[in-house]
Amino acid sequence: MTELNNTELIRLSAAQLAAKLAAREVTSVEVTQAYLDRIALVDGGADGIHAFLHVNTEEALAVAAEVDAIRAAGGAEAEALHELAGVPIAVKDLIVTIGQPTTAGSKILEGWHSPYDATVIKKLRAAKMPILGKTNLDEFAMGSSTEHSAYGPTRNPWDLDRIPGGSGGGSAAAVAAFEAPLALGTDTGGSIRQPGAVTGTVGMKPTYGAVSRYGAIAMASSLDQIGPVSRTVLDSALLQEVIGGHDPFDSTSLTDPFDTLVAAAKTGNVTGMKIGIIKELHGEGYQAGVETRFNESLELLKGAGAEIVEVSCPNFKYALGAYYLIMPSEVSSNLAKFDGVRYGMRVLPKDGPMTIERVMGATRAAGFGDEVKRRIILGTYALSAGYYDAYYGSAQKVRTLIQRDFDAAFAQADVLISPTAPTTAFKLGEKLDDPLAMYLNDVATIPANMAGIPGLSLPGGLADEDGLPVGIQLLAPAREDARLYRVGAVLESLLEEKWGGPLLDRAPALQAPVLGSSSTIAGGSN
Amino acid sequence: MAAINRDDVAHLARLAHIEMSAEELDRMAGELAVIVDSVKSVSEAAGDDVPATSHPIPLNNVFREDVVGHTFTAEQALSGAPDSFEGRFKVPAILDED
Repeated sequence: MTELNNTELIRLSAAQLAAKLAAREVTSVEVTQAYLDRIALVDGGADGIHAFLHVNTEEALAVAAEVDAIRAAGGAEAEALHELAGVPIAVKDLIVTIGQPTTAGSKILEGWHSPYDATVIKKLRAAKMPILGKTNLDEFAMGSSTEHSAYGPTRNPWDLDRIPGGSGGGSAAAVAAFEAPLALGTDTGGSIRQPGAVTGTVGMKPTYGAVSRYGAIAMASSLDQIGPVSRTVLDSALLQEVIGGHDPFDSTSLTDPFDTLVAAAKTGNVTGMKIGIIKELHGEGYQAGVETRFNESLELLKGAGAEIVEVSCPNFKYALGAYYLIMPSEVSSNLAKFDGVRYGMRVLPKDGPMTIERVMGATRAAGFGDEVKRRIILGTYALSAGYYDAYYGSAQKVRTLIQRDFDAAFAQADVLISPTAPTTAFKLGEKLDDPLAMYLNDVATIPANMAGIPGLSLPGGLADEDGLPVGIQLLAPAREDARLYRVGAVLESLLEEKWGGPLLDRAPALQAPVLGSSSTIAGGSN
Repeated sequence: MAAINRDDVAHLARLAHIEMSAEELDRMAGELAVIVDSVKSVSEAAGDDVPATSHPIPLNNVFREDVVGHTFTAEQALSGAPDSFEGRFKVPAILDED
């Protein structure tokens, strides 16, 4: 066995790392330290990726050392270790963790420490996966670019002047920049899948209820879902099996086992499968290079034995509008708890009586950013007496229509396919002053949240006009997450065969922004 | 459906307990008017016969045993509070003094 240097080590997939750890060819401390060095090298400074809001060095190394000690001792305890034990992971800072701050990307929670762990964090700890730190996001996960973070934007590793997607731009950029092999994200309208698309990584939104939401700071409870972020389809399947399963702490949690995901990713096969192109989710409004890569994926799937059919979902034209009524309505309710009393910041009014109402008003004015305020106001409006039926009520009916469209589509196709996002990564600042243009990024991802079905985004290549990653989205009926991993693994292997390796091999090398780092890691292979 | 104006935004901001400056109200009213206009087609999409969906995957009657489960100690519950007093959250005056 040849020794791997750190540059090679951090480019391994989670599955490859797990195999090397199990074979004791490498230790978890070596792996974890290699990632911490990489974070120190590329994440900080004015031109750094800024994927991380907090780096959890001490605890991550302690967990790694514990795994190494168990493996070295051998015996029953070593046998009982989880397959991913010792493989490090980054966590979106919307998910609460004991021992690390949780900010949700908001000033209102600056410095706050949760007194409890999210269920998914408990599961990572049980699997003994070292947590590298907490990743950047749009404030309370509201945005498609990570520019709405109160702590500054994350940069796209493919082009530092561009957005990494959002809201989970930190998790996607960390994985794309080889700062972590895996990450957790949350997806309310595309916040796992769209960052995956624009950074050339894999992101999965499981079926609603497949992964417990307990400990994910709620944005829109009927839409939110925690899910995996990775560099390969198999890695996402491995991670979903770690974090999934029924949780009595989340009353929307499903009791289905979701335990065939890894097997599905390993035995990918599309022969005889019907794959449906959604007429409404490509073509007009989609960048030419996105469309080209999308059509290329269709040809590859056809070549592998799948039958491509076209389906129509006529009510998807209302999906974005209905989403921007339902989501803000739930936001206005969920964010009422940030009142300057129980947790987070308290700001006193400059003058006048110090009543609780005025303290709340001053606290929320100072603690929330513009996008959060817009959505709270919009939601308060949609729920107001006199407007409720026309707005919130109508939007809930549209939700039924979208579900019916999906039911009809899945009667004709096993899996649906579309581009994940209409464009490649845009420039930082480009859409910041135009909320509506920003919302349009999620046009292809929102329907899955409205219907609660699973959606997987995987890299589909680079757009010809700008050389930036394009994402391909696969959708399956509720509870059929395994089907996405099965098809996703096939498409991934066909594409990598065509490219001659993973797409991220073509990402530019990142320049070290921090002088004097001890690491020798150079980054990409270009 | 009515358009949203600056007075509406000021009223909604009061309801939502968010203090807003005059400049912020002007800007927010303009932005929200565009957003509200873009979502108005939603009210024409579905007829009266279409039922509303509040949750994507319906689960009914999710119960648990009526036993004490996980609870926080007062210290844990107060650990993130901006102010506390003798094991309780300390709150500014609830009533205006007039």
